[in-house]
Amino acid sequence: MEQSASFRVYISEMDSDYENLGEADPDQESLFQYNGKPVSSTQSPENLQVYVGREYSDISSTSSDLTSDESFDVESISSLQRHNWPTVSLKVLSSLPSRIAGQNSTAVNSLGSQLQQRQTSSHHSSQPPRRLQVGFSQDPVDNTNSEENKTEQFASSLRGLSLSEGMHKLRAMPLSLRDKMEIRQRVFSDVAKSGLLSRNIPYYNTHCMCISRIWRHCSFRCLPILSSLHLWHSTIKRLSGRFGTGVLSYFLFLRTLLCFNLLLFIIIGLFVVLPQASRPPPLYDSHLNSFSALDLLTGTGYLSQSMMFYGHYTNSNSVFCHNAGSIPGESADLPACDIDRPQIVSYSIPAAYLFTIAITFFIISVILVYSISKSFGRSFHVLKSNGNLAVKVFSTWDFKLSKKAAVKFQSEKISMQLKELLSELIREEHQKSCMQHLRHLIVHLLSWIACLTCIVLGTTGVYYLSEATIKQDLGGPTQLLLLSAVVSGVNLLLPGLFNLCAWAEKYDSPSYHVYVSIFRNLLLKSSIIGVLCYCWLMRIVVEPQDHGLKCWETSVGQELYRLLLMDFIFTVLYTFMGEYLWRLYSKKVLKRDRKPVFDIARNVLELIYGQTLTWLGVLFAPMLPVVQIIKLIVLFYMKKSSLMLNCQASKKPWRASHMTTLFISLLCFPSFVSAAMSITYTIWSIKPSEGCGPFRNLTTMFQSGKLFAQELKKSHRIPPWLIWVYNSLVANPLFLFAICGVFLLVIYFHTQVVDGQKKIISRLEKQIENEGKDKKFLITQLQAICEETGVAKMVKRPH
Amino acid sequence: MGTTASQLGKESLSEYQELTFLTKQEILLAHKRFTELLNKDEKDLSNARVSMERILTLPELKSNPFRKRICHVFSTSDQKDGSLTFEDFLDLLSAFSDSATLEIKSHYAFRIFDFDDDGTLDSADLEKLVNCLTGETDDTRLTSDEMRQLISNILEESDIDKDGTVNLSEFQHVISRSPDFVSSFKIVL
Repeated sequence: MEQSASFRVYISEMDSDYENLGEADPDQESLFQYNGKPVSSTQSPENLQVYVGREYSDISSTSSDLTSDESFDVESISSLQRHNWPTVSLKVLSSLPSRIAGQNSTAVNSLGSQLQQRQTSSHHSSQPPRRLQVGFSQDPVDNTNSEENKTEQFASSLRGLSLSEGMHKLRAMPLSLRDKMEIRQRVFSDVAKSGLLSRNIPYYNTHCMCISRIWRHCSFRCLPILSSLHLWHSTIKRLSGRFGTGVLSYFLFLRTLLCFNLLLFIIIGLFVVLPQASRPPPLYDSHLNSFSALDLLTGTGYLSQSMMFYGHYTNSNSVFCHNAGSIPGESADLPACDIDRPQIVSYSIPAAYLFTIAITFFIISVILVYSISKSFGRSFHVLKSNGNLAVKVFSTWDFKLSKKAAVKFQSEKISMQLKELLSELIREEHQKSCMQHLRHLIVHLLSWIACLTCIVLGTTGVYYLSEATIKQDLGGPTQLLLLSAVVSGVNLLLPGLFNLCAWAEKYDSPSYHVYVSIFRNLLLKSSIIGVLCYCWLMRIVVEPQDHGLKCWETSVGQELYRLLLMDFIFTVLYTFMGEYLWRLYSKKVLKRDRKPVFDIARNVLELIYGQTLTWLGVLFAPMLPVVQIIKLIVLFYMKKSSLMLNCQASKKPWRASHMTTLFISLLCFPSFVSAAMSITYTIWSIKPSEGCGPFRNLTTMFQSGKLFAQELKKSHRIPPWLIWVYNSLVANPLFLFAICGVFLLVIYFHTQVVDGQKKIISRLEKQIENEGKDKKFLITQLQAICEETGVAKMVKRPH
Repeated sequence: MGTTASQLGKESLSEYQELTFLTKQEILLAHKRFTELLNKDEKDLSNARVSMERILTLPELKSNPFRKRICHVFSTSDQKDGSLTFEDFLDLLSAFSDSATLEIKSHYAFRIFDFDDDGTLDSADLEKLVNCLTGETDDTRLTSDEMRQLISNILEESDIDKDGTVNLSEFQHVISRSPDFVSSFKIVL
């Protein structure tokens, strides 16, 4: 044993410790203490201190298997050909802190400051602070020793923390459960013991403990109930196991919409429908009492007098007296109780109608904006995503997939995407010829012209049809259904044409393809809804009597109801014919085992379209959310079974979180905003019909709100500060301007911060690169020394 | 650790709950599924090990291309045979659970992708990783040209310190830019 070498590497900093990179610390340089003699790892001495983790101890054994000859023929030092390196260099490399994957690094990183404190104060006072000792050995004794030391290190890092904080940190450490238990016992047992033994705990503390215990008990009990509330959990898991995250995003979106509609329904049901239902108005058309199935489809007849539509609601003030013996009655015709009495609670249906809708729209807008901001934060980062391929390779695998066919499909998909991306990279060099460019341009132009003409034609067709329907003054039910059927048909057929165009266009990048198709569909749907809105709000409203309409709000509501229903029926038909029958046809007749592709973008746009109709119709048909809820639930099960039976996932790349962000923004921007705008317009400036509804005899719907406020002011039931707040803040434009200014300032400030962070990031990246160069240099130096000593040894040792 | 495999004590249950990201329900379900994998005579044994082959019969892992790596990474066995105790199994589920942090998830993802266990992803690791992703059949495999191009691009994008390999912090840096990772790095029992 003449080659006793003690080999110590002090490495002061993690490579990944970004924050400290800027400091010019004297011990930041990696320091190699190397005691002359040649090193061969099989003869490692006992005096090495080892902090290498369990699984990394075997690296040294594998690397020591390399023959000694190999370690000498090193030529390409600078190019960092790791496999030609001698064992020693390899070992140094593999034990660099950056390589000790997480056994120390992540935890130490996150616990940095505590570690420093503890190390300087307690056990490690003999060692220089902020240094990790790294060495190698296969000695079993040393190995266990290292384990001890490691857990001791972790334990000491946790000791300064409070119990809950410590547990939190411990849970987030990448250690095995057994190690965690050991650490926990070591660190927290004394804490727990002292807590149990010492009886001088303050009274409230025991109280707190008691409460927290009860709380935990309760939460244990409630957990199964809560998890069952997670709607469609198992179904969604199965779907994701088979089709992956992309298709899953459609169903999650559907669930979100369902939640929105439930919220809408609950609020409107509680504040508008229930109070009205408690005092039903007399039906003014007695012959409409009979109920037929066709009414359910068209929304006319019996249904038009029901709570479904605007016409059913009255402008009564329900007055509920708290006096014993008095009966609730209408304030307008029979005041049953003395109005001056403070016990009287009056419930004005018009005001409730107005405020409920305003407040629900406000709540929905807040939720939408919040979820948009959250998903934007998740899917877009400060850093520009230049690491496209690396991200793809590292994070593309969907571990949720469990079906064998799904796994195979996913492999094919990934392989195709990678090949596409790579071919783009390789193709970048040779440019397309001029003729090809021209051809491309012409094809694009033609397809755009075709799409736009189709949209224009479809929209004008819808416009003339709706004009005709208005003029012919409500013919038979078939005529009523014609308009909605045509609209739904256009909505169903034109996207197929767009797909055909997109197929002819042959886009280079798949994401561009998706965006174009989304844009065309959106244009179609929004122009149709725009035309319909124009017809309703401009034509019907101006001369309702000319068209023989007693209650134009109800007829608009019916129209929306029919549209929603027709859309649903056409979706069902499409699912049956387009997916089921097509699969059978292609399997039986064409003898091809190719299933139709589930088009996520198109399906999501259909959902958004339906939701827009619902939001538009809430004012005219307060129970429309119920229809939408039923539709969504049926749609969920139908789409699920159709997917399982007929479809396959698209092979196109689908960035789920990116697309979810896009869809939520689409739901907010054209859909919700346009619905809210047209409803605001209706409330603000259109004269409600005189013969029906809660706003009869008023010039605008908004007037009822004003009247309500005046009444409240008269009866002195609003606190004066509320009036002051309204006058000085809401009605004052200066205040609004000031708020806008503040918002703009905050936005400006944040963009500046982001800019600064970008600069810092690029500077730090450069610094890391330099560190890497340093590392390279040091390793080559080490290798050179190794070689020299090796040669010296060879010379010394006579064979 | 005093846990018999056939029955889970209340104390160890709460301890597991404290130390992992799993809920009580998930731990109980995991225990049920784990004991189903054990032989009859092993059921009363504390810290019984289930061999990798039996673990891989679980439908959640059966067709995963990384299944063997997952077992190796979470195994605490001295023989490096990828066999799991119940605690190892809980570790696995905890890392793949809903509430595990990005840091934990990316850490274990790194170790799963580090095929030769040397603490860094070099080009051999990356090649194996890509082959796992694309499957072993000839028509999905990348050609050697494509593979070379891909690996050099990956290294160019993610290897910040330019040492020819991707280390843990570089890996986590890349992962942090991918919002889909947390939702796809999940295994639910």
